[in-house]
Amino acid sequence: MDCRVTLAQTNPTLGNLAANLRDHVERIRAATAAGSQLIVFPELSLTGYFLKDQTVDLALPLGAKELDELATLSKSISIVVGFVERSKDGRIYNSVAFFEDGRVLAVHRKVHLVTYGMFDEQREFAAGEEFRAIESKLGRFGVLICEDAWHVSSGYQHFLNNVDTLLVPSNSPGRGIGGGESDLQSRRTWNTLLESHGRFFQTWVVYANRVGWEDGVVFSGGTRIVDPFGDVACALDGFDAGTLQGRVESRTLERARVMTPLRRDAKPWILAEALKRGLAKDGGA
Amino acid sequence: MNGLVIDPALVESLLVNFLREEVGHNGFTKALLGVSGGVDSAVVAALAARAFGPSNVLGVMMPYRTSDPASEAHARLLISELGIASRKVDISGMADGYLGGANIEQPMRRGNVMARCRMIVLYDLSVEWSGLVLGTSNKTEILLGYSTQWGDSASALNPIGDLYKDQIYQLARHLNVPVPILDKAPSADLFPGQTDEGELGFTYADADRLLYLMVDERMRESELVERGFAPEFIRKLAARIAATQFKRVPPIIAKLSHRTINQDFRYLRDWGK
Repeated sequence: MDCRVTLAQTNPTLGNLAANLRDHVERIRAATAAGSQLIVFPELSLTGYFLKDQTVDLALPLGAKELDELATLSKSISIVVGFVERSKDGRIYNSVAFFEDGRVLAVHRKVHLVTYGMFDEQREFAAGEEFRAIESKLGRFGVLICEDAWHVSSGYQHFLNNVDTLLVPSNSPGRGIGGGESDLQSRRTWNTLLESHGRFFQTWVVYANRVGWEDGVVFSGGTRIVDPFGDVACALDGFDAGTLQGRVESRTLERARVMTPLRRDAKPWILAEALKRGLAKDGGA
Repeated sequence: MNGLVIDPALVESLLVNFLREEVGHNGFTKALLGVSGGVDSAVVAALAARAFGPSNVLGVMMPYRTSDPASEAHARLLISELGIASRKVDISGMADGYLGGANIEQPMRRGNVMARCRMIVLYDLSVEWSGLVLGTSNKTEILLGYSTQWGDSASALNPIGDLYKDQIYQLARHLNVPVPILDKAPSADLFPGQTDEGELGFTYADADRLLYLMVDERMRESELVERGFAPEFIRKLAARIAATQFKRVPPIIAKLSHRTINQDFRYLRDWGK
């Protein structure tokens, strides 16, 4: 199914739910007015990223009034938002909610929490355990939150899930100035990754990354849509907040899958057998 | 790939953006800094002038009576080329008020007192100017601990602390820092004839190459030796980095409660901003 998408490249205020929610509402209304059917926000778009001890204070259960406000707006447009989720059992997750037709259609909890170098997510969050397709009235989606996309197995599961669009809400910090390159190494790597996902998983890839600074760390934007041939359909450059409007089209998916029938020729049972034999347990070490 | 080579236009745009946004987080639109006549403060002044507009940047010259007159001349050259506001505060009186009475002769102690006098002046003027104090320490000197704690190392925010000295020069050329500042030997000018490289006992070029491989690329000693570095030099720098860690962290606090500041009471400075 074809779909008009707005990507929101936001600069949230750290830990200020009310201010960020206002920004979401304005952007959702503008996207609705512009005729978009789907708006995608970055990871943790309601809160900002380096929350540390704020994390627990900002956690929202499904049904929280902030989420209900967004659900109400989803009667006119489907909405993908990043937030800190408090589950019924009290765990805290780095989650993305997909709102549609006035309700929460699905929640993806980040599986691959990033905990190395400058990151400390496993200290703050419990990890999600699954990658499930979201059956929306607009098509079949899979959500990969930032680091989720760095594990090929995540995208591969959505390839097997037959999703048509990967949604990749991110908070990727910009870094890597060496080599005289005119763009940050982290941004170049992300672009390669997104283009590879589009090409090899034969999906549309919708990447919404934030911008702005938190204590000297810049978030590097580069919000874009990549088509199923791995080509960039549209993108925001620079490091400023902004809006990107694009389309995902089923006809392009069909053409890509005819040209290179990777989905038809996938043999996931070979992987399943290998996993069953326990090959993956110690990685052969 | 040479990891020390930067695209200065990219770095300029990031740092101008950094200054504007991080200063703005704190509700300010102005900044000030000590302008020494050297390349580090020249680069920060040039970035700040682009970020805030020249009239919103105050360059403060703070000579001591033994300072090299060329330092002030170069500072004035920079200030006039950038068109930023300026102020001169001679610190001889305040420094000598303490140094003379305490009969302090050791150059390092005298230099530290001067650096801390300059910090006092900048932080006081920041109130009058309604701006934040910008740091001018580069990554090389921060790693080597080549600074005065609470002196020249003190600032509200530092745009150049992740750039090695060589990268500072690449950026300085791109920002059209006046040639006399680019051409002279780096010096803290804390006593006559002082140069950084003379005092450190090695060149910035060698230190930058080694520090980059050691810190950024995490190379081991054996790999560094393979690349031509003398083991003594490697160990000297490694020891220096470890010995000066105290200059790079906030003071440590004795933990007594369940929730101790900076241990398990953890928030960004940009908390709520």
